[in-house]
Amino acid sequence: MALLEIANVRKSFGSLEVLKGVSLTVEPGEIIAIVGRSGSGKSTLLRCINALEGINSGEIRFRGEPVRQNMKNLRLLRQRMGIVFQSFNLFPHLKVERNVTLAPVLTGKVSKADARELALEVLTRVGLSEKIDAFPGQLSGGQQQRVAIARCLAMSPELMLFDEATSALDPELVGEVLRVIEDMARNDLTMILVTHEMNFARNVSTRLIFMNEGMVWEQGPPAELFANPKTEEFASFIRATKQA
Amino acid sequence: MRAFSGSDLIYLLYALQWTVALVVIALAMGAPLGLALALMRTSRRRLPRYIAMVFIEVVQGVPLLGLLVFFYFGVPLLAGREVAPVIAVSIAFTAYSASFLGQIWRGGIEAVKGTQWDAAACLGITKWQQFRYVIGPQAFRMSLPPTVGLLVQLIKGTSLVSIVGFVELTRAGQIISAATFQPLLVYSCVAVIYFSVCLPLTHWARALEGRLNGAA
Amino acid sequence: MTGFNLSQILHYQDLFLSGVLMTALLSCIVMFFGSIIGILGAVGVRWGPRPVQYALRAYVEVIRNTPGLIQLFIVFFVLPSFELRLPPFHAAAIAFSIYFGAYAIEIIRAGLDSIPRSQIEAGQCLGITRWEVFRHVICMPALRNIYPAFTSQIVLLVLGTSIASQISAEELFYMGSFVESRTYRSFEVYTFVCAIYLVMVLILKTVFAAGGRILFRWPAHD
Repeated sequence: MALLEIANVRKSFGSLEVLKGVSLTVEPGEIIAIVGRSGSGKSTLLRCINALEGINSGEIRFRGEPVRQNMKNLRLLRQRMGIVFQSFNLFPHLKVERNVTLAPVLTGKVSKADARELALEVLTRVGLSEKIDAFPGQLSGGQQQRVAIARCLAMSPELMLFDEATSALDPELVGEVLRVIEDMARNDLTMILVTHEMNFARNVSTRLIFMNEGMVWEQGPPAELFANPKTEEFASFIRATKQA
Repeated sequence: MRAFSGSDLIYLLYALQWTVALVVIALAMGAPLGLALALMRTSRRRLPRYIAMVFIEVVQGVPLLGLLVFFYFGVPLLAGREVAPVIAVSIAFTAYSASFLGQIWRGGIEAVKGTQWDAAACLGITKWQQFRYVIGPQAFRMSLPPTVGLLVQLIKGTSLVSIVGFVELTRAGQIISAATFQPLLVYSCVAVIYFSVCLPLTHWARALEGRLNGAA
Repeated sequence: MTGFNLSQILHYQDLFLSGVLMTALLSCIVMFFGSIIGILGAVGVRWGPRPVQYALRAYVEVIRNTPGLIQLFIVFFVLPSFELRLPPFHAAAIAFSIYFGAYAIEIIRAGLDSIPRSQIEAGQCLGITRWEVFRHVICMPALRNIYPAFTSQIVLLVLGTSIASQISAEELFYMGSFVESRTYRSFEVYTFVCAIYLVMVLILKTVFAAGGRILFRWPAHD
């Protein structure tokens, strides 16, 4: 069974239609990179997947179960889905350890006694075990984003969403975060990444999706898609990103 | 005993002018002192900074009521003769408004970025000119909402003058209340008058603040 | 008048001490009930139904735009007309709680508004309950944001309780006027009373500053 099915999803903010019938199926193990101009609906689609935004029509199913904003076990669903935000959104008043283990402890995934061990394990995966007792405000942007990733990993999610995870970082800090994501990709974690890093999208993803005007405009294996853009819109988008 | 009548209401409104007069005096005399305090508080030298800090801490560390009676009894003592209550009361309110204005305007000055001082200094103008033409106007804009807020605080504060027998709005209310035995009615009228004076100012302060946040 | 002479006043040290205690007690009572009004009111303003929101806003506007002394008089003179004859201290506690509550609503509401939406979303995305998001994600940062305004409001409250003397509640300022009526040393008495208030305020501010450092250890942004 597909991990995630998105069928003909439409979403408007007021009179502005941001998603105009998006359909997409994600199989376990896939690494999907979504690219497109700003305003093409990429981030909104991601926010709809874990119901941060409601949808106007269509359907989103996670492991066959419909995702709705008012569903009763939305909490349980979100525990199986991690999201990494552009602006990290760590909790400034909690130390790194507590940031990472807050949800696992509160949802009973891990006992208080074992929490530190779990924190160490996931922080080691992002290369930050030595920062376990720091506050987020004492870390660089890149380190904060890696902690945010660790916070998701601690819940052992079945699907990871990345909403422009490197866009708010200084250029020299982008690499460390991308390396962590690449490492996760090798471990068969299913991921959907909205990104501006074209090289990264090309090299890491198993499927590339080009969104334009609120629709899935083109999709396929990244190498193929980059070599032979089928539409003028994608071709001009590639040209524009190369110039930058 | 007599009933509360229209002439009482006129008496209240008449007394309101003394409330307004006190506020005007407090602002007119408190503003220069407040500006001096703000400049001293942001000075690079330690002594003026320290003096301004102590002044502000002391004036804001005692009740306004205490400040009033302190000057009410202290000023004649210092002058060595009888002094009209209005003078003692004005001095108390001047100190009160100056301490708050000093604090508010200090905040405004510090909110102006240091690079603005640098940029102004590069123009080769005097320190005072830097403040007068570059820092001051920006600081004033940022301090305007809390300054208007202080105006409301001053208007409400003048009600305490009633305890030293100075006839302003609240004291006038007490007099009428004693004559008519209708305290609830009289004080409600007094409250309504204060409210209609303060509410527009509060809204103005909020609008100014909104505009400031919108611009930032 | 023969210079500044405190010795006569210090005969009444027991009265001043009880005045200080009553001022402290009055302030604590008002802080307690006023904070409850503030918390419930802020929740009501933010999440309550429309009529509740309007009623709370009207309450806040009325209290903030009229003098506390007039509010005190109204409470003190209104209660008897409901056959409720309360001692001045009780009336003052009620009037000041209503007063402090209005300011607390404004401060707490601003504190809740100060937490960025993204923080709440980040909490929701972890799949924890609404209450847990409030308790673990919103609460402490909001507390830190309101701490300066809330503690200065408490200082203003302690100083403001002095007006309870005007309805003969036996707090510190009232004790001062009592001693004044016995000794006729007005200036000395009130200077002394002001000094006591100043010391209380300085102690309070020191405690609040220390409390802030203990409660909020994480680095402030920017």
